[in-house]
Amino acid sequence: MKRSNEPIFWSLFGAGGMLAALIGPALVFITGIAVPFGLFFKPDTMSYAHMLAFSQSWAGKIFVLAVIALFLWHAAHRIHILLHDFGVHAVTAVRVLCYGGAFAGTVIAAYTLLMIKA
Amino acid sequence: MADTEKIIEIQVLRYRPEQDKEPVLQSYKVPFTDDMSVLQGLQYIKDYLDETVSFRWSCRMAICGSCGMMIDGKPKLSCKTFLREYYPQGLRVEALAHMPIERDLIVSVEDFVTKLESIKPYIIPKEPRTLEQGEYLQTPQQRDMYEQFSSCINCMLCYAACPQYGLNPKFTGPGVLALLHRYNADSRDGGQAERLGLGYADEGFWGCTAVGYCSEVCPKGVDPANAINQNKMNSAINYFTRFVTPGGADK
Amino acid sequence: MSNRRPYVRSMDGWWKRDPYFIRYMAREVTAVFVAAYAVLLLVGLVRLGQGEAAFNGWLQYLKTPWMLVFHLIVLAVFCYHTWSWFNIMPKTMPIMFVGGKRVQPGAITGTGLAASVIACLAVLFIVRGMS
Ligand code: SF4
Ligand code: FES
Repeated sequence: MKRSNEPIFWSLFGAGGMLAALIGPALVFITGIAVPFGLFFKPDTMSYAHMLAFSQSWAGKIFVLAVIALFLWHAAHRIHILLHDFGVHAVTAVRVLCYGGAFAGTVIAAYTLLMIKA
Repeated sequence: MADTEKIIEIQVLRYRPEQDKEPVLQSYKVPFTDDMSVLQGLQYIKDYLDETVSFRWSCRMAICGSCGMMIDGKPKLSCKTFLREYYPQGLRVEALAHMPIERDLIVSVEDFVTKLESIKPYIIPKEPRTLEQGEYLQTPQQRDMYEQFSSCINCMLCYAACPQYGLNPKFTGPGVLALLHRYNADSRDGGQAERLGLGYADEGFWGCTAVGYCSEVCPKGVDPANAINQNKMNSAINYFTRFVTPGGADK
Repeated sequence: MSNRRPYVRSMDGWWKRDPYFIRYMAREVTAVFVAAYAVLLLVGLVRLGQGEAAFNGWLQYLKTPWMLVFHLIVLAVFCYHTWSWFNIMPKTMPIMFVGGKRVQPGAITGTGLAASVIACLAVLFIVRGMS
């Protein structure tokens, strides 16, 4: 039988799922709830200056890219399966939509991060 | 004195290919005692109410794997399920889901058997030994690596629990993949390379989306979902390293 | 002559058949929210690249009530994701032995959830310390 190419997508799915499971709730709480509504953190935690400085460092760039890209690949894989589970048979279209979307998001994130110079 | 008899309603999904266009429910009132299994309820129907009802059974002790059916929508062995659990509301029995109905509660097993044969469900000795050399030795821990997976009785309940098999019958499916792993995980076996070609395909381990219901319904604690999913990591590692490991690309 | 006419049942609406399937679908649907959150972060990143005014606009947008509701839902979904991720984990790991004893499924799930709590707390305190 033909070897599956699933390992590529599954590895990205697994990495994203693990990252989301480990720190996802904390990230959402920080960026979506606590900082915008002034809880627990200093109000300028996500200020332009701080975020710029963060994404100027290589560690910061890698972290931001990892979160955005891996979350996207994780989601793309599951949504792809979800559509199959719901009986959508346009296999190629679904793949292009899901994985193409994740790929585009990854490229945009990487490009933006590279353009943010110190 | 005999137990006072209670009456339970059993609805049977009938399908007689020569007369039914599609399956229809038929209801029977069956007197039962607390020690009667669903299978015994069906046998009562066949013996006293309607001899045309068809179903499979043999051992009536949860080891031959032939009496699986949907009981109130769940895949179960009918010899291991008691009528009293469904009293007084009654129960509905149907042929195992995801497989073609041959007649009444009997499904077609061809697909399962073909797949089972394809994975070579027997030990392919790593090194041939003569009688003089004695038996193949194995430590308890080596045995633990495969023992639970060897408990499979081919009842196909896991197939009736697997939506991926229902959606795509090309998928090898839980029970057979668990047996594939059972032999591959045996320290005496040397047939891994032959079997993994099937495992690494879209129809193999990768057809599984980790629903996990197969392991829930298995009457023998095989945990096919574990047998399959623990292979995904190896399959992925092999995928990425096959060109740099000797012999890796052949698998 | 054969009278065989095997009947194949439809899979339409299969996920409604069993509560187990509904839980499975719920787990898979979390992905939609993970994607939405990632896209929101991506927009923030692009805005950051465009300069201070653009980024401040994005920050202001986060303060709208709709965004709060959105994030509360996403937070709940992420917690469910964490739970379901480690819940299925015992199925995805090879059989392991510690001190000659088989590691039980509950121990794997428990370790995963504990790791997640620690990682989340670590992130919260690192971020608090950073600014
Ligand atoms: S793995 Fe379990 S449910 Fe599946 S065929 Fe074997 S015994 Fe039956
Ligand atoms: S009759 Fe043998 S398993 Fe039920």
